[in-house]
Amino acid sequence: MATKTDLDSFRDPKLARELLDAIERLARGKNVNLMEVCGTHTVSIARYGLRSAMPEGVHLLSGPGCPVCVTSNHDIDTMIALARIPDVIVTTFGDMIRVPGSSTTLGAERAQGRDVRVVYSPLDALAFARENPPRRVFFLGGGFETTTPAIGATILTAHDEGLGNFFVYSAHKRTPPAIMAIEDDPETQVNGFILPGHVSTITGLAPYRPLAERYHVPGVVSGFEPVDILSAIARLLAQIDEGQARIENAYERGVLDEGNVVAQRMIDRVFEPCDATWRGLGVIPGSGSAIRPEFADHDAARAFSPDVEPTVEPRGCRCGDVLRGVIAPDRCPLFGRACTAEHPVGPCMVSSEGSCAAYFRYQEHSR
Amino acid sequence: MCLAVPSKIVSIDDGGIAQIDVLGVRRDCSVRLTPNAKPGDYVLVHAGFAIQVVEEQEADETLRLLQEMSDRELAEITGQQGADAPAGEPAAAPAAAR
Ligand code: SF4
Repeated sequence: MATKTDLDSFRDPKLARELLDAIERLARGKNVNLMEVCGTHTVSIARYGLRSAMPEGVHLLSGPGCPVCVTSNHDIDTMIALARIPDVIVTTFGDMIRVPGSSTTLGAERAQGRDVRVVYSPLDALAFARENPPRRVFFLGGGFETTTPAIGATILTAHDEGLGNFFVYSAHKRTPPAIMAIEDDPETQVNGFILPGHVSTITGLAPYRPLAERYHVPGVVSGFEPVDILSAIARLLAQIDEGQARIENAYERGVLDEGNVVAQRMIDRVFEPCDATWRGLGVIPGSGSAIRPEFADHDAARAFSPDVEPTVEPRGCRCGDVLRGVIAPDRCPLFGRACTAEHPVGPCMVSSEGSCAAYFRYQEHSR
Repeated sequence: MCLAVPSKIVSIDDGGIAQIDVLGVRRDCSVRLTPNAKPGDYVLVHAGFAIQVVEEQEADETLRLLQEMSDRELAEITGQQGADAPAGEPAAAPAAAR
Protein backbone atom coordinates (compact mmCIF):
# COMPACT_ATOMS: atom_id res chain seq x y z
CA MET A 1 0.00 0.00 0.00
CA ALA A 2 1.45 3.35 -0.97
CA THR A 3 1.47 6.53 1.03
CA LYS A 4 -0.37 8.20 -1.78
CA THR A 5 -4.07 7.88 -1.20
CA ASP A 6 -5.68 5.51 -3.63
CA LEU A 7 -9.36 6.29 -3.44
CA ASP A 8 -10.26 3.44 -5.75
CA SER A 9 -9.24 0.99 -3.07
CA PHE A 10 -11.99 2.33 -0.81
CA ARG A 11 -15.24 0.47 -0.62
CA ASP A 12 -17.12 3.61 -1.64
CA PRO A 13 -14.75 5.83 -3.67
CA LYS A 14 -17.51 8.32 -4.54
CA LEU A 15 -18.41 8.90 -0.90
CA ALA A 16 -14.72 9.18 -0.03
CA ARG A 17 -14.28 11.83 -2.72
CA GLU A 18 -17.30 13.80 -1.43
CA LEU A 19 -16.02 13.65 2.12
CA LEU A 20 -12.56 14.80 1.06
CA ASP A 21 -14.15 17.72 -0.82
CA ALA A 22 -16.13 18.65 2.28
CA ILE A 23 -12.99 18.41 4.40
CA GLU A 24 -11.12 20.63 1.94
CA ARG A 25 -13.90 23.22 2.01
CA LEU A 26 -14.21 23.21 5.81
CA ALA A 27 -10.43 23.37 6.29
CA ARG A 28 -9.96 26.61 4.37
CA GLY A 29 -8.14 29.19 6.46
CA LYS A 30 -7.79 26.82 9.40
CA ASN A 31 -4.88 25.18 11.09
CA VAL A 32 -6.11 22.34 13.27
CA ASN A 33 -4.72 19.25 14.97
CA LEU A 34 -7.06 16.27 15.14
CA MET A 35 -6.05 13.32 17.26
CA GLU A 36 -7.11 9.69 17.13
CA VAL A 37 -6.75 7.58 20.27
CA CYS A 38 -7.33 4.05 19.01
CA GLY A 39 -4.73 1.62 17.70
CA THR A 40 -7.03 0.40 14.94
CA HIS A 41 -7.58 3.98 13.74
CA THR A 42 -3.79 4.43 13.73
CA VAL A 43 -3.42 1.44 11.45
CA SER A 44 -6.35 2.42 9.17
CA ILE A 45 -5.09 5.99 8.73
CA ALA A 46 -1.63 4.73 7.82
CA ARG A 47 -2.82 1.90 5.62
CA TYR A 48 -5.14 4.06 3.52
CA GLY A 49 -2.84 7.08 3.39
CA LEU A 50 -5.42 9.37 4.99
CA ARG A 51 -2.78 11.60 6.57
CA SER A 52 -1.38 12.69 3.24
CA ALA A 53 -4.91 13.07 1.81
CA MET A 54 -5.62 15.90 4.25
CA PRO A 55 -5.57 19.48 2.94
CA GLU A 56 -3.02 21.92 4.25
CA GLY A 57 -3.93 22.97 7.76
CA VAL A 58 -5.41 19.64 8.89
CA HIS A 59 -2.94 17.55 10.85
CA LEU A 60 -3.78 14.04 11.98
CA LEU A 61 -2.01 13.12 15.19
CA SER A 62 -1.86 9.74 16.79
CA GLY A 63 -2.45 9.65 20.54
CA PRO A 64 -2.23 7.13 23.37
CA GLY A 65 -4.42 4.48 21.73
CA CYS A 66 -2.11 1.48 21.66
CA PRO A 67 -2.71 -0.49 24.86
CA VAL A 68 0.69 -2.09 25.25
CA CYS A 69 2.47 1.13 24.22
CA VAL A 70 0.94 3.13 27.06
CA THR A 71 1.74 0.46 29.65
CA SER A 72 4.52 1.86 31.83
CA ASN A 73 7.89 0.19 32.09
CA HIS A 74 7.28 -0.30 35.79
CA ASP A 75 4.11 -2.30 35.06
CA ILE A 76 5.96 -4.45 32.52
CA ASP A 77 8.83 -4.99 34.96
CA THR A 78 6.30 -6.03 37.62
CA MET A 79 4.74 -8.53 35.21
CA ILE A 80 8.19 -9.94 34.48
CA ALA A 81 8.93 -10.17 38.23
CA LEU A 82 5.68 -12.11 38.70
CA ALA A 83 6.71 -14.47 35.90
CA ARG A 84 9.94 -15.19 37.81
CA ILE A 85 8.16 -16.50 40.91
CA PRO A 86 9.00 -20.24 40.98
CA ASP A 87 6.46 -22.66 39.57
CA VAL A 88 3.85 -20.14 38.39
CA ILE A 89 2.03 -20.04 35.07
CA VAL A 90 1.67 -16.56 33.60
CA THR A 91 -0.75 -15.81 30.81
CA THR A 92 -1.30 -12.70 28.73
CA PHE A 93 -2.32 -11.43 25.31
CA GLY A 94 0.11 -11.84 22.40
CA ASP A 95 1.22 -8.23 22.05
CA MET A 96 2.36 -7.97 25.65
CA ILE A 97 5.07 -10.59 25.53
CA ARG A 98 7.24 -8.76 23.02
CA VAL A 99 7.19 -5.42 24.84
CA PRO A 100 10.54 -4.56 26.38
CA GLY A 101 10.68 -3.82 30.08
CA SER A 102 13.78 -2.31 31.66
CA SER A 103 16.05 -5.25 30.86
CA THR A 104 14.06 -8.09 29.30
CA THR A 105 10.68 -9.14 27.84
CA LEU A 106 8.15 -11.78 28.83
CA GLY A 107 9.07 -13.58 25.59
CA ALA A 108 12.75 -13.68 26.57
CA GLU A 109 11.78 -14.97 30.02
CA ARG A 110 9.83 -17.73 28.31
CA ALA A 111 12.90 -18.66 26.28
CA GLN A 112 14.70 -18.93 29.64
CA GLY A 113 12.20 -21.56 30.71
CA ARG A 114 9.51 -19.55 32.52
CA ASP A 115 6.01 -20.77 31.88
CA VAL A 116 4.59 -17.83 29.92
CA ARG A 117 1.51 -18.59 27.82
CA VAL A 118 -0.27 -16.44 25.28
CA VAL A 119 -4.03 -16.66 25.56
CA TYR A 120 -6.86 -15.41 23.43
CA SER A 121 -9.23 -14.91 26.34
CA PRO A 122 -8.82 -14.56 30.12
CA LEU A 123 -11.21 -17.52 30.30
CA ASP A 124 -8.37 -19.67 28.90
CA ALA A 125 -6.23 -18.55 31.84
CA LEU A 126 -9.04 -19.52 34.18
CA ALA A 127 -9.12 -22.97 32.59
CA PHE A 128 -5.37 -23.37 33.30
CA ALA A 129 -6.05 -22.51 36.95
CA ARG A 130 -8.79 -25.12 37.18
CA GLU A 131 -6.61 -27.78 35.56
CA ASN A 132 -3.49 -27.05 37.63
CA PRO A 133 -4.75 -26.65 41.21
CA PRO A 134 -1.35 -26.70 42.93
CA ARG A 135 0.10 -24.05 40.61
CA ARG A 136 -0.63 -20.36 40.75
CA VAL A 137 -1.88 -18.87 37.51
CA PHE A 138 -1.52 -15.18 36.71
CA PHE A 139 -3.32 -13.26 34.03
CA LEU A 140 -1.39 -10.10 33.13
CA GLY A 141 -4.03 -7.67 31.98
CA GLY A 142 -3.60 -4.47 30.05
CA GLY A 143 -5.80 -2.58 27.67
CA PHE A 144 -8.72 -0.22 27.63
CA GLU A 145 -12.44 -0.40 28.35
CA THR A 146 -13.02 -2.91 25.55
CA THR A 147 -11.00 -5.47 27.51
CA THR A 148 -11.70 -4.56 31.14
CA PRO A 149 -15.25 -6.04 31.41
CA ALA A 150 -13.99 -9.40 30.12
CA ILE A 151 -11.31 -9.45 32.80
CA GLY A 152 -13.88 -8.38 35.39
CA ALA A 153 -16.23 -11.20 34.44
CA THR A 154 -13.34 -13.65 34.68
CA ILE A 155 -12.39 -12.46 38.18
CA LEU A 156 -16.01 -12.73 39.25
CA THR A 157 -16.17 -16.33 37.97
CA ALA A 158 -12.94 -17.22 39.83
CA HIS A 159 -14.39 -15.63 42.96
CA ASP A 160 -17.68 -17.53 42.65
CA GLU A 161 -15.85 -20.82 42.06
CA GLY A 162 -13.43 -20.16 44.92
CA LEU A 163 -10.46 -20.65 42.60
CA GLY A 164 -7.74 -19.67 45.06
CA ASN A 165 -4.88 -20.08 42.57
CA PHE A 166 -6.06 -17.51 40.02
CA PHE A 167 -4.68 -13.95 40.08
CA VAL A 168 -4.95 -10.94 37.84
CA TYR A 169 -2.43 -8.14 37.53
CA SER A 170 -4.49 -5.18 36.38
CA ALA A 171 -2.73 -2.55 34.28
CA HIS A 172 -6.06 -1.59 32.69
CA LYS A 173 -6.57 1.96 31.62
CA ARG A 174 -9.52 4.32 31.09
CA THR A 175 -9.52 6.35 27.90
CA PRO A 176 -11.44 9.55 28.77
CA PRO A 177 -9.05 10.73 31.55
CA ALA A 178 -6.12 10.35 29.11
CA ILE A 179 -7.91 12.53 26.56
CA MET A 180 -8.40 15.25 29.19
CA ALA A 181 -4.71 14.88 30.18
CA ILE A 182 -3.71 15.54 26.57
CA GLU A 183 -5.81 18.70 26.63
CA ASP A 184 -4.09 19.76 29.86
CA ASP A 185 -0.64 19.13 28.36
CA PRO A 186 0.89 22.49 27.40
CA GLU A 187 3.10 20.83 24.76
CA THR A 188 0.22 19.44 22.71
CA GLN A 189 -2.62 21.32 21.13
CA VAL A 190 -5.50 19.19 19.93
CA ASN A 191 -8.57 20.87 18.44
CA GLY A 192 -10.71 17.78 18.04
CA PHE A 193 -10.67 14.07 18.87
CA ILE A 194 -11.54 11.12 16.66
CA LEU A 195 -12.93 8.97 19.47
CA PRO A 196 -12.35 5.20 19.56
CA GLY A 197 -14.83 2.68 18.17
CA HIS A 198 -15.00 -0.44 20.27
CA VAL A 199 -13.85 1.29 23.45
CA SER A 200 -16.95 3.48 23.02
CA THR A 201 -19.07 0.37 22.41
CA ILE A 202 -18.54 -0.20 26.13
CA THR A 203 -18.35 3.34 27.53
CA GLY A 204 -20.95 5.13 25.41
CA LEU A 205 -20.66 8.89 24.93
CA ALA A 206 -21.17 10.19 28.48
CA PRO A 207 -17.56 9.88 29.77
CA TYR A 208 -16.32 12.10 26.90
CA ARG A 209 -18.74 14.94 27.60
CA PRO A 210 -16.32 16.87 29.87
CA LEU A 211 -14.09 17.26 26.81
CA ALA A 212 -16.76 19.36 25.13
CA GLU A 213 -18.12 20.99 28.25
CA ARG A 214 -14.95 21.76 30.14
CA TYR A 215 -12.43 22.17 27.34
CA HIS A 216 -14.75 23.21 24.53
CA VAL A 217 -13.14 20.62 22.24
CA PRO A 218 -15.34 18.44 19.99
CA GLY A 219 -15.13 14.66 19.77
CA VAL A 220 -16.66 12.27 17.22
CA VAL A 221 -16.81 8.49 17.71
CA SER A 222 -15.61 6.82 14.52
CA GLY A 223 -15.76 3.38 12.92
CA PHE A 224 -12.71 1.78 11.32
CA GLU A 225 -13.40 1.99 7.59
CA PRO A 226 -11.54 4.80 5.83
CA VAL A 227 -14.86 6.48 4.93
CA ASP A 228 -15.89 6.27 8.60
CA ILE A 229 -12.73 8.11 9.61
CA LEU A 230 -13.15 10.70 6.83
CA SER A 231 -16.71 11.30 7.92
CA ALA A 232 -15.62 11.76 11.55
CA ILE A 233 -12.98 14.26 10.40
CA ALA A 234 -15.58 16.19 8.35
CA ARG A 235 -17.93 16.31 11.35
CA LEU A 236 -15.15 17.56 13.61
CA LEU A 237 -14.23 20.29 11.12
CA ALA A 238 -17.89 21.28 10.76
CA GLN A 239 -18.15 21.72 14.51
CA ILE A 240 -14.92 23.69 14.67
CA ASP A 241 -16.17 25.84 11.78
CA GLU A 242 -19.36 26.67 13.70
CA GLY A 243 -17.48 27.24 16.93
CA GLN A 244 -19.30 24.25 18.45
CA ALA A 245 -18.00 21.52 20.73
CA ARG A 246 -20.19 18.44 21.01
CA ILE A 247 -19.60 14.73 21.44
CA GLU A 248 -21.14 12.98 18.43
CA ASN A 249 -21.53 9.38 17.41
CA ALA A 250 -20.60 8.69 13.78
CA TYR A 251 -20.45 4.92 14.39
CA GLU A 252 -24.00 4.06 15.35
CA ARG A 253 -23.62 0.63 13.72
CA GLY A 254 -21.28 -0.44 16.53
CA VAL A 255 -21.83 2.03 19.35
CA LEU A 256 -24.99 2.87 21.28
CA ASP A 257 -25.00 6.36 22.81
CA GLU A 258 -25.39 4.80 26.25
CA GLY A 259 -22.76 2.11 25.58
CA ASN A 260 -23.02 -1.43 26.92
CA VAL A 261 -24.59 -0.90 30.33
CA VAL A 262 -24.12 -4.53 31.42
CA ALA A 263 -20.40 -4.27 30.69
CA GLN A 264 -20.13 -0.91 32.46
CA ARG A 265 -21.72 -2.47 35.57
CA MET A 266 -19.24 -5.34 35.33
CA ILE A 267 -16.32 -2.87 35.38
CA ASP A 268 -17.81 -1.05 38.39
CA ARG A 269 -18.55 -4.27 40.24
CA VAL A 270 -14.99 -5.60 40.08
CA PHE A 271 -12.79 -2.53 39.63
CA GLU A 272 -12.49 0.94 41.09
CA PRO A 273 -10.79 3.93 39.48
CA CYS A 274 -7.20 4.48 40.60
CA ASP A 275 -4.34 6.72 39.58
CA ALA A 276 -2.29 5.10 36.85
CA THR A 277 1.03 5.80 35.17
CA TRP A 278 0.97 6.04 31.38
CA ARG A 279 4.09 5.96 29.28
CA GLY A 280 4.70 9.53 28.15
CA LEU A 281 1.74 11.00 29.99
CA GLY A 282 2.84 10.22 33.54
CA VAL A 283 0.38 9.69 36.37
CA ILE A 284 -3.21 10.48 35.40
CA PRO A 285 -5.69 10.61 38.29
CA GLY A 286 -8.53 8.10 38.07
CA SER A 287 -7.28 6.63 34.78
CA GLY A 288 -6.58 3.11 36.00
CA SER A 289 -8.75 0.22 37.14
CA ALA A 290 -7.72 -1.40 40.42
CA ILE A 291 -9.35 -4.62 41.59
CA ARG A 292 -11.77 -3.86 44.46
CA PRO A 293 -10.73 -5.03 47.97
CA GLU A 294 -13.62 -7.52 47.91
CA PHE A 295 -11.67 -9.49 45.29
CA ALA A 296 -8.24 -8.96 46.87
CA ASP A 297 -7.69 -12.75 46.90
CA HIS A 298 -7.40 -12.61 43.12
CA ASP A 299 -5.37 -9.42 42.94
CA ALA A 300 -1.75 -10.19 42.08
CA ALA A 301 -0.72 -6.68 43.12
CA ARG A 302 -1.94 -7.29 46.68
CA ALA A 303 -1.20 -10.99 47.08
CA PHE A 304 2.42 -10.79 45.88
CA SER A 305 5.18 -8.27 46.21
CA PRO A 306 7.99 -9.54 44.02
CA ASP A 307 11.25 -7.63 43.69
CA VAL A 308 10.84 -5.31 40.74
CA GLU A 309 13.98 -4.03 39.05
CA PRO A 310 14.57 -0.27 38.90
CA THR A 311 12.96 1.28 35.85
CA VAL A 312 15.23 2.03 32.89
CA GLU A 313 13.60 3.53 29.79
CA PRO A 314 14.88 2.38 26.36
CA ARG A 315 17.77 4.70 25.47
CA GLY A 316 16.97 7.36 22.96
CA CYS A 317 13.40 6.14 22.46
CA ARG A 318 10.86 8.96 22.21
CA CYS A 319 7.71 6.84 22.54
CA GLY A 320 6.51 9.08 25.33
CA ASP A 321 6.52 12.11 23.03
CA VAL A 322 5.01 10.09 20.18
CA LEU A 323 2.14 8.96 22.40
CA ARG A 324 1.33 12.56 23.32
CA GLY A 325 1.41 13.69 19.71
CA VAL A 326 4.35 16.01 20.45
CA ILE A 327 6.46 14.48 17.68
CA ALA A 328 5.60 12.30 14.70
CA PRO A 329 7.35 8.90 14.76
CA ASP A 330 9.73 9.75 11.91
CA ARG A 331 11.08 12.66 13.96
CA CYS A 332 12.57 10.21 16.44
CA PRO A 333 16.30 9.99 15.65
CA LEU A 334 16.20 6.21 15.93
CA PHE A 335 13.23 5.73 13.58
CA GLY A 336 14.12 3.52 10.62
CA ARG A 337 17.77 3.39 11.71
CA ALA A 338 18.40 1.76 15.07
CA CYS A 339 14.65 1.11 15.44
CA THR A 340 12.84 -0.93 12.80
CA ALA A 341 10.04 -3.49 12.79
CA GLU A 342 12.66 -6.28 12.74
CA HIS A 343 14.66 -4.70 15.56
CA PRO A 344 12.27 -2.55 17.58
CA VAL A 345 13.69 -0.39 20.35
CA GLY A 346 10.51 0.90 21.97
CA PRO A 347 6.95 -0.36 22.46
CA CYS A 348 5.52 1.98 19.78
CA MET A 349 7.50 -0.04 17.21
CA VAL A 350 6.93 -3.42 18.88
CA SER A 351 3.15 -3.40 18.80
CA SER A 352 1.51 -3.61 15.39
CA GLU A 353 -0.89 -0.92 16.62
CA GLY A 354 1.91 1.39 17.69
CA SER A 355 2.29 4.67 15.80
CA CYS A 356 5.95 3.99 14.98
CA ALA A 357 5.11 0.56 13.57
CA ALA A 358 2.28 1.99 11.47
CA TYR A 359 4.50 4.76 10.09
CA PHE A 360 7.27 2.30 9.38
CA ARG A 361 5.15 -0.33 7.74
CA TYR A 362 3.26 2.04 5.48
CA GLN A 363 6.21 4.37 4.95
CA GLU A 364 4.44 7.46 6.11
CA HIS A 365 6.14 10.80 6.44
CA SER A 366 5.14 13.71 8.58
CA ARG A 367 5.11 17.10 6.93
CA MET B 1 -6.03 -5.05 20.57
CA CYS B 2 -9.17 -3.00 21.08
CA LEU B 3 -10.78 -4.24 17.90
CA ALA B 4 -13.65 -6.61 18.44
CA VAL B 5 -14.26 -9.19 15.76
CA PRO B 6 -17.77 -9.67 14.36
CA SER B 7 -18.99 -13.24 14.68
CA LYS B 8 -22.21 -15.14 14.21
CA ILE B 9 -23.67 -17.02 17.14
CA VAL B 10 -24.33 -20.64 16.25
CA SER B 11 -25.67 -21.82 19.60
CA ILE B 12 -25.61 -20.93 23.30
CA ASP B 13 -25.33 -23.46 26.12
CA ASP B 14 -26.90 -23.25 29.58
CA GLY B 15 -23.68 -21.84 31.03
CA GLY B 16 -23.85 -18.77 28.80
CA ILE B 17 -21.10 -20.00 26.49
CA ALA B 18 -21.86 -19.48 22.82
CA GLN B 19 -20.46 -21.34 19.87
CA ILE B 20 -19.51 -18.72 17.32
CA ASP B 21 -18.28 -18.62 13.76
CA VAL B 22 -15.34 -16.22 13.25
CA LEU B 23 -14.13 -16.04 9.67
CA GLY B 24 -15.09 -19.67 9.24
CA VAL B 25 -13.45 -20.84 12.48
CA ARG B 26 -15.56 -22.24 15.34
CA ARG B 27 -14.82 -20.77 18.75
CA ASP B 28 -16.40 -20.38 22.14
CA CYS B 29 -17.32 -17.06 23.63
CA SER B 30 -19.18 -15.89 26.70
CA VAL B 31 -22.42 -13.94 26.26
CA ARG B 32 -22.41 -12.73 29.85
CA LEU B 33 -21.97 -9.11 28.75
CA THR B 34 -24.70 -9.34 26.08
CA PRO B 35 -27.49 -11.20 27.88
CA ASN B 36 -29.97 -10.54 25.05
CA ALA B 37 -27.88 -12.19 22.33
CA LYS B 38 -29.47 -15.23 20.69
CA PRO B 39 -28.41 -17.83 18.13
CA GLY B 40 -28.31 -16.30 14.65
CA ASP B 41 -27.31 -12.86 15.98
CA TYR B 42 -24.09 -11.17 14.97
CA VAL B 43 -21.97 -10.00 17.88
CA LEU B 44 -18.70 -8.12 18.30
CA VAL B 45 -16.36 -10.45 20.17
CA HIS B 46 -13.33 -9.33 22.13
CA ALA B 47 -11.09 -11.46 24.38
CA GLY B 48 -13.59 -14.30 24.38
CA PHE B 49 -16.61 -12.17 25.29
CA ALA B 50 -19.40 -10.82 23.11
CA ILE B 51 -19.61 -7.07 23.80
CA GLN B 52 -22.36 -5.90 21.45
CA VAL B 53 -25.05 -7.28 19.17
CA VAL B 54 -24.73 -5.70 15.70
CA GLU B 55 -26.51 -5.79 12.35
CA GLU B 56 -25.27 -8.24 9.75
CA GLN B 57 -24.18 -5.34 7.52
CA GLU B 58 -21.85 -3.96 10.17
CA ALA B 59 -20.45 -7.43 10.72
CA ASP B 60 -19.73 -7.76 6.99
CA GLU B 61 -18.03 -4.38 6.74
CA THR B 62 -15.74 -4.92 9.69
CA LEU B 63 -14.90 -8.41 8.49
CA ARG B 64 -13.99 -7.02 5.09
CA LEU B 65 -11.62 -4.58 6.76
CA LEU B 66 -10.08 -7.41 8.76
CA GLN B 67 -9.55 -9.50 5.68
CA GLU B 68 -7.57 -6.69 4.07
CA MET B 69 -5.17 -6.69 6.96
CA SER B 70 -1.94 -8.59 6.90
CA ASP B 71 -1.86 -12.10 8.28
CA ARG B 72 0.08 -10.96 11.30
CA GLU B 73 -2.36 -8.22 12.20
CA LEU B 74 -5.21 -10.63 11.66
CA ALA B 75 -3.68 -13.32 13.83
CA GLU B 76 -3.08 -10.83 16.59
CA ILE B 77 -6.54 -9.40 16.46
CA THR B 78 -8.45 -12.65 16.22
CA GLY B 79 -6.03 -14.51 18.46
CA GLN B 80 -6.25 -17.43 16.06
CA GLN B 81 -2.55 -18.04 15.83
CA GLY B 82 -1.67 -15.73 18.66
CA ALA B 83 -2.74 -18.13 21.39
CA ASP B 84 -0.46 -21.03 21.90
CA ALA B 85 0.90 -23.83 23.96
CA PRO B 86 3.65 -22.94 26.42
CA ALA B 87 6.51 -24.15 24.23
CA GLY B 88 8.36 -22.04 21.70
CA GLU B 89 9.11 -18.44 21.00
CA PRO B 90 6.53 -16.28 19.29
CA ALA B 91 7.11 -15.88 15.59
CA ALA B 92 9.49 -13.03 14.89
CA ALA B 93 7.95 -9.93 13.38
CA PRO B 94 7.77 -10.41 9.63
CA ALA B 95 9.48 -7.96 7.32
CA ALA B 96 7.54 -4.76 7.43
CA ALA B 97 7.95 -3.51 3.93
CA ARG B 98 5.61 -4.50 1.19
S1 SF4 C 1 10.97 4.97 16.46
FE1 SF4 C 1 11.51 3.39 17.98
S2 SF4 C 1 12.89 4.40 19.39
FE2 SF4 C 1 11.84 6.02 18.26
S3 SF4 C 1 10.03 6.51 19.50
FE3 SF4 C 1 9.38 4.95 18.06
S4 SF4 C 1 9.65 3.03 19.18
FE4 SF4 C 1 10.83 4.57 20.29
